[in-house]
Formats: sequence, structure tokens, C-alpha cells
Amino acid sequence: METTPIHEEAQARVLEAPVVTAAGVTRRYGVEGDTCVKALRGVSLDVAPGKLTAVMGPSGSGKSTLMHILAGLDRPNEGNVSIAGTDIGALSDTDLTKLRREHIGFVFQFFNLLPMLTAEENIVLPLDLAGGKHDRGWVAELTDKIGLSDRLSHRPAELSGGQQQRVAIARALVSRPTVMFADEPTGNLDSTTGGEILELLRDSVTSFGQTTVMVTHDAHAAEIADRVLFLADGLIVKDRGASSAHEILETLEEVSGR
Amino acid sequence: MRRVALKGILGRKLRATLTGFAIVLGVAMVSGSFVLTDTINKSLGTIFAESYAASDVVVSPRDALAGEDSADTGSAPFPDSVLADVSALPEVEAASGSIEDEATLVGENGSPIGGGMGIALSVDPPADEQFNPLQLVAGAWPRGSEEIAVDKATAEDQGLAVGDSVGAAADGPVETYTVAGIVRYGSVESLGGATIAAFDLATAQQLFDKQNQFDFIRVAAAEGVSSQELVAEIRPLLPETAQVRTAEAQADTESEETQSEVNIFRYFLLGFGGIALFVGSFVIANTLSITVAQRARELATLRTLGASRRQVLWSVVLEAVVVGVLASVVGLFVGLGIAVGLNALLAATGIDLPETGIVFSTRTVVVSLLVGTLIALLASLRPALRATRVPPIAAVREGAVLPPSRLAKFGLATALAVVVVAIGLLAFGVFADGAETRTRLLAIGVGVLLLFIGVTLVAPRLVRPLAAALGAPAARFGGSAGRLARDNSTRNPARTASTAAALMIGIALVTFVSLLAQGLKSSFADAVDELFVADYSLTAEGDFGSVSDATVAAARETPGVTAVSAIRSGEGRAFGGTVGVNGVDENLSAIIDMSWAEGSAEVPAQLGADGAFVNDDYADEHDLGVGSRIELKTPTGEVLDLTVEGVFAEPKGGSPFGEIAVSTATFDGAYAEKENEWAFLNMEGGVTDENTATLTEALATFPDARVETRDEFKATSISDISTFVNLLYALLGLSVLVSLFGIVNTLVLSVFERTRELGMLRAIGMTRRQVRRMIRQESVITALIGATLGIVVGVFLAFLVTQALSDEGIVFAIPVGSLVVFVLVAIAAGMLAAIFPARRASKLNVLEALQYE
Repeated sequence: METTPIHEEAQARVLEAPVVTAAGVTRRYGVEGDTCVKALRGVSLDVAPGKLTAVMGPSGSGKSTLMHILAGLDRPNEGNVSIAGTDIGALSDTDLTKLRREHIGFVFQFFNLLPMLTAEENIVLPLDLAGGKHDRGWVAELTDKIGLSDRLSHRPAELSGGQQQRVAIARALVSRPTVMFADEPTGNLDSTTGGEILELLRDSVTSFGQTTVMVTHDAHAAEIADRVLFLADGLIVKDRGASSAHEILETLEEVSGR
Repeated sequence: MRRVALKGILGRKLRATLTGFAIVLGVAMVSGSFVLTDTINKSLGTIFAESYAASDVVVSPRDALAGEDSADTGSAPFPDSVLADVSALPEVEAASGSIEDEATLVGENGSPIGGGMGIALSVDPPADEQFNPLQLVAGAWPRGSEEIAVDKATAEDQGLAVGDSVGAAADGPVETYTVAGIVRYGSVESLGGATIAAFDLATAQQLFDKQNQFDFIRVAAAEGVSSQELVAEIRPLLPETAQVRTAEAQADTESEETQSEVNIFRYFLLGFGGIALFVGSFVIANTLSITVAQRARELATLRTLGASRRQVLWSVVLEAVVVGVLASVVGLFVGLGIAVGLNALLAATGIDLPETGIVFSTRTVVVSLLVGTLIALLASLRPALRATRVPPIAAVREGAVLPPSRLAKFGLATALAVVVVAIGLLAFGVFADGAETRTRLLAIGVGVLLLFIGVTLVAPRLVRPLAAALGAPAARFGGSAGRLARDNSTRNPARTASTAAALMIGIALVTFVSLLAQGLKSSFADAVDELFVADYSLTAEGDFGSVSDATVAAARETPGVTAVSAIRSGEGRAFGGTVGVNGVDENLSAIIDMSWAEGSAEVPAQLGADGAFVNDDYADEHDLGVGSRIELKTPTGEVLDLTVEGVFAEPKGGSPFGEIAVSTATFDGAYAEKENEWAFLNMEGGVTDENTATLTEALATFPDARVETRDEFKATSISDISTFVNLLYALLGLSVLVSLFGIVNTLVLSVFERTRELGMLRAIGMTRRQVRRMIRQESVITALIGATLGIVVGVFLAFLVTQALSDEGIVFAIPVGSLVVFVLVAIAAGMLAAIFPARRASKLNVLEALQYE
């Protein structure tokens, strides 16, 4: 397995227990019978801390469903998911909200920035929602990292797609979540801009030791991951370490063809 | 989160503004009502305060029927001996008696000045100089029976100067007087358009038939004597028909009486403000629901970022409250502006109030801001609750939609239950004769509100069939744009339903008013047709006037007149209740065709000193028949021991008579004011142009009465109803206007939502014109759904109420013409509401619209 140079602090986190675990997760949509779609048919996995895990698979493989369930957005029909040691199956809405505040960051395909807030306001929104104090140094570091220090007072509509996604990444990182989920983060961007966003994601894993789970169908995106999981028909069919785009494409071909 | 809500408003300025309008109008109505009535009250208060400014204590007539607090100036004057008794007291420094009554000033062309509303005051210089509220501006005080003083405003208006002559009518014909002086009433510029005629004391006593009597005595206390002490000293000296109060207490009671009338007017106006706000709450709730649905993804994103349900709830509520507060502030000042404008308008039409300045009280501010904000808050609760039900996962789903409300599956059941409860309450309120009036009114009020809410809840299920029927013309003649318009209106039935519901409320109330007015008019007309067999009637000019005996006498002496009968009216107490009392003369049966349950048409002529006839309802209520005894107390304190001689069957539409009628002679013995409400007369040859001319000519110098034939009499009375109905229409129009903003809002939001689709339609060849037509027709269909629901609800309400009032002869009749007008108004409203959204839709840039996410 190829290893990427990592921070010392991050290295320490690698040694900790997995931050997200799923055991025997199944998810069905619709009622039993013909209309019933089995999106997940018994998935188990551990997400290692300080690593970037990519979930790949063809359309309908269940990769998005898996991410939704890992992130506590959706509930499994069977099986358990725990985040930062908490089994989220039993949590009330309020507790789940609290868990999201403390442990989860999101990056969306369509950025999902609030149009009426400025870039900076969008970035600190999770802190505002949690009612905590802003760590000004951290916010400054983040804005510096995303390279938008001079555009902080702009609204999303005044930013390019790539810039918007940078803001979204800073927003996901601002609360120092246990795990950051990225849902097709480059799906709505051209390849050059997408590449920049991937660099930023990779960098956040490397420099901050940010555990990240990324769902993508883009082999170039999965290339930056420390680990690539391949899903097909609701099951994990391959579990690879860091791979080249070429290898990923081949594996993808292979699992799709099954 | 607060930032999200506040910035949200800024980001959606147009929507916030349109939503705000829904509140602005209602709040403006509330604040305007307060400012206007406060200002009127203060003005009136000033007049009464001025009246007794120089007095310590006031002796005034006492209405034997009322409690100590009454200040009925229409009561009997008291003997002038009281003045001598009072003046003799050592505690009294000075005292002066006066006459206050009503007199009409007549202009050069013979028509009454100031609509015939005028007060008459006596002056008695030098004895009353210290007390009299009148101040001489020019000339001298009037002396003798040929001089008069008039107020400055009237003098200026009529171009009168000292030495000119002017006509004035007291209780008799118009007489010509020489203007001796011009006066003003204290510091007050005008008495709300009423003219002032001042005569010297003896002349006033003569004119108003109050020889050796006074209406008021103003008293100044000797040094060191308090007003209260003086009141205590004077009280034992007074006859039963007089009372004494301190000057302040007197001014207060007098102004309270008028203020209580102003307050009724206030509540009346506030009621319409309330209706507008109620409609506004529908508009706000609907707009927020749409907004929340459109923001589903944004709300879900907030949830993924760690926003709790409570935070989402408050962000929606806060947004509504901020809009509510801002709109209330605007409404508050718009209301102030309207009140100032109305005041100016009143002044321009000659009803100028004393200039005391506009009263803008803290209460006005607090209440206006509170109701506006509260309405916004309440209206936001349901959409806010729905917003909390947006699951976080909606952030990552395409085309996120709001989950159906938890109650959705019980939707129809709930809606029908609300309607049933509403109808139950209404039926109770309308038909439960036994219950207290207050309880019944409350039941009706709550019932109507619930009915509107219930119908709104049922409405989504009705939208599809209604749109199919009402949209048929659009679909048939509007081409593909028309068909799309019809389909669009059923796309989101809940949205169309609540948009239409706002209009429904206004239309329902307008329909109700129109049906009730129709019922009233036809029942009144029936009664007139049945009773009015005279050739002519003499009715009082102005709303509060009466026909004087002098006028009746003049009519009697007119050549060709065969019979005249005047009907006096007053109030009395019998069997522990207040009753209307009439004085009738022997000619009554010749001019009014009454049907008698007991007795005959001979009864009115044979009443004598202690005979009476009563109406059938009253007879039933107190089990009266010929021979029954009635003890009737009159305002002068007189107690009449009456024997029932007849019971007449009153037509359902009413009659000129109250509960009890006695002979004119008996009436005059027991009442101070010999006021004729009406007089009727017959002439040889009946109604002819010639007779009309003769009569009009003969009564030309009596400005207090108007000569009318039966049809004219009917027409004037009915036009009074119509005027009132038109006022109601205008006030309800405000609610319709509010609902119009609701339609605009919904359409703007729908256009925004369908941006991509509109782009597609344009791309495949829809012209701008067709886009506009599509939006316009959708708007008209929505408005027509509102009108249909409104007319059905309005007719239903009118049906209930007319059933309950069927005893009063109010029939259930559908004024088809009016309903057609309402439908046309709804169509026009729909087209008007569509102008702006249609323009926006047609101006969309096709390319951008297609790329719109």
C-alpha cells in the first residue's frame, strides 16, 4: 500500500479506532415485492481516521445511499452505523443534530451555499448554528487555505463554481469535524476546476489529518484517495488502497461488468 | 441563524414587500380608526369643556328614565325658579340660566345651511357674560326678537356681516333676523359643521316654547367654596327634573355620551381592519408555505450543517415577525396619513372638527404594532412547523419537496370536522334564542372564522373540479396557453386553494351583505306598501331632526289637504324595559292602513287620556289584550296608567310605531319634546303634480320637512340602506385588495419556481404574449375559484341569518345582478393581479431560464 506523507499529529490519529463503522447495513426502498429496490444488501466497513476513503461504483450501485447512511442522513433497514463511537440508529433528531454539529462536515455536488450569505458568513455558519465562539485563527487559516481571503464578502452568486466549492469545503472544515463527507464534489465542475478542488481535499486530509469519505464516479477523483471502495448492486465488491486512475477505471469496468 | 432569517428577507425583498402589503393595509385600517376616532373624541371633549369652562357647577335637566350618569339634553327644561333658589345660596357667587336647543339657519336660496344641523343658544348679557361659552367676534349681542348672532364659520361661509339678514327656523317656520353680532364658541373654530344661532334669553325661551324655564344653569362658587360642597348645597333645592354636577363632571358625562357613539364607530371600523388582517394572515401563511417549499433544499442544508429543528422553526417565524413589524410600522403611519386625510376631507366638506390637532396616542402605536406582528407570527406557525419537517437528506436530493404535513392523511376529515363545528356554532349563534346575546355573537364570530378556515382546508380537494369547470372557457378559447393555465392552476391544489381562500373571505362577506341588504329592502318595501295609504309624507330633513308642529299646522292649513296626522315619538319604561312610545292623533287610520289583531281602525281616534294601543309582538311578550293595564314612565318622571284599547299586527318589515302608542294629548302631557318623527297627509284628488306643487310651495318656509309621495318615501329610505351597504362594500374592498396581493405573490413565486419550464416553453415556440396570457388566465381561474367559494359561503351565511330573521320579514333573496358584478370584479381582480407576474414571466431570458438550476 502506498503511503502519503502525513503530519505527525495526523499520524497519531491514524492509530486511533475507526471513526465511522457500518455493520451489515441494508437499505430497501419501496414496499416488499416488485417495486422494492434493494439499494444496499449488507454492507460492512470501517473508516480509518486521518484517511481519505473514496466510494466508487456505477450508477445505481448504492454508493450515494451508503454515504447518506454513514452520515446519518438516512437510516438503514438493518445493521448498525456508528460515528465517533456513537450508534446513530438509536439517536433522536435532537441528538443526531448535535452529532452532526460536532462530528460531521458536508461537501455537496451542488455546493449548497446559502445565497443570501457572504462567503465568510457561509463558512462560519456551522459555528453560528452551534452557538459556539469563532476560533478566528482557525477561520483565517482556512480562508487562507482555500485562497479566497480577498473574496470573503462576496455572495455565492458572485463566485465561480470552483470558488463556491472552496467555500463549501471551508464550511465543512470549520467545525473540525470527526469526518467530512463529500458527495460528488467535482460532479458539477469542469475538469481543471475539479482538479483544484481535489487538491484542496487531499491537502486538508494531509495537513489537518481530516478524515474524509468521498463518493464519486470519477476515477480521477478517486485517484487522490488512500483507499477506494467499489460498490456494485448494493455490496462492496472491491476494497483497494490508493490507486491510479487507470487501475480504478479497470476495476470499475470489472465490477460493472459482473 | 438569526442572520440566515434576516438576510433571507433582504435576499427576497420583493416577496417580503408583497407579503408586507398584506399586513400594511389591515394595520393601516386599525391605526387609522384609532387616530380618527381619538381625534374626534378629543375635539368633542374640547367643545364640552369649553361649554362649562367658566362654571364651577352646572344644573341640567334630568331624564327620569336614566340613571344619575345620563346627560340627555333632550330632556325637559326645569322651571326658572331654580335659578332664584340657587342664586340665593350664600355659597353662590353668580349663576345664570340658559336655553340650548336646535335651530336651522337658512341661506338666501331658502335651503338649510350646514345640512340643517345647527344649535341654538341663549345669551343674556350682562348676567351670563362670565359663563357664556360664546365670545363676540364682531358687532353686539343680539337683543329682542328680531336679532340673532351667528358663528364666525357660518358667517364667513355665507358672506354674512353685521347688519345683514338671515333666516332661522326654531320650532316654527323660518323667520328673518338681523345679524347683530358674529360669535365664536370659546377657542373652538367650528362645531363639526353645525351652525350656531344665538338669541337673547327671552327670545330663545319664546322660540322653543320654554317660557319661564331653563335648560342649564351655570354657577360660580363663592370664594372658599369647593365645587363638591356647592353641588351638595344645590342638590336639595332641585325638582325631580333637574340635576346638579360639578362643571368637570358635566363636561365629562356629556362628552362620554357622544364618545360612546364615536366608539361604536371605532369598533365598526376596527372590525373591518380585523377582517383585512385575517385575510392578510391567509396571504402570509400561503406565501410562507410556498417559500418554505421552495427553500426545502436550503433548509435541509442548514440541517446538515447542524441546525436543529427549533432553529429552523425560529428562522421562519423570525422572518415573518420581522416582516410583520416592518409592515406594521408602515401600516401605522399609512393609517395616520389616512386619518389626517379623512380629517382634511371632512373639513373640506364643511364638517370640520374643532382644531385640536391629530391625536396619535401610545395605545394606537402599541395596538397597531402588536396586532400586525401577532398576525404575522400566527400565520407563520404552520409553514414554520412544516419547515422543520424537511429532512436533512433533502439537501442532496434533486427536486427536493416538502414532506406532506403529518396531518395530511387526516386532512379531509379534519377539514370537514372544522366545517361541521363552524356550522354548529353558527346555527347555535343564529337560532339559540334562549342564550345570551354576547354568547351568541361570540359563537357567530368564531363560527364564521372557523367556516372560512374549514372551507380553506377542504378547498384543495375542490380545486381540480372547480378549475376544470371555471377554466373551461380558457382552455377552449385560450389555445394551448389557456390549457396550460388551467393545468397549472391544478398543479399544486393546496397553493391555489389557499390563494383563492383569501379572496373567498372578501367575496363571501360582500355577498352576505348584498343578500341581507336585498332582504331588508324588500321587507321594508313590503311594509311601506302595506301601511302607507296616505298621499304624502312629511319626513324630517337630516338624520336627527324632527318635523315641527308648526310645519304640521302649515300643512293642515294648505288648501286641498283633507287629513293630516303626525306621529310623535319618544322613549319610556314599561314592564322593566325600554320601549318606543308614540303619540298619534285621530286621523291616523286615514293615512296608515293598520291591521288590527284586537280592536279596530277606530281605536286611534278613541284613545282618550289613558288609552293605548300596542303592537302584536309586545302584546304577546307581556300577554296584553284589550283591557290590560300598562304603567308607562316617561323621561320627565311622569307615570302614565294606560289601558290597552287595541293590538295592531305590525308588518314584518316594521312600522312607524314603537311598542306603545297613546294619544297626542297624553303624549304631550308626559313628554318635554313634542317631536314628530313623521307626518302623513291626504289631499283632495290624491297625488297629482298640482297637489305636490301646492304642498311644496306651502311648506317652502319650513326647512325641517321634506314632502314625499309613497314611492319617494320608499326610495329615500331604501337609498339610506344602499348608502350604508356601499360603505360596507368599500370597507370590505380593502380585504379584497389584500387578497389581490396574495394572488400576485403566489403568481410571482410560481413563475420563479417554473423559470426553467418557462424557458423551455419559450424555447419550443411560445410567444411572450402567450406566456402573459397563460399567467393571466391562471390568475383569473384562481380568482374565480375564490369568487365561487366566496359566493357559496356568503349565500349560506345569508341563508342562515335570513332564516333567523324571518320573523322580521327579512326574506332570502338572491340579488343575481350583484353576484354577477362580484364575479366580474373577481375576474378583473385576477387580471390586475396577473399584470406584474405575467410581465416578469414574459421577460425571462430564454437561455438563462433554461440553465436555471
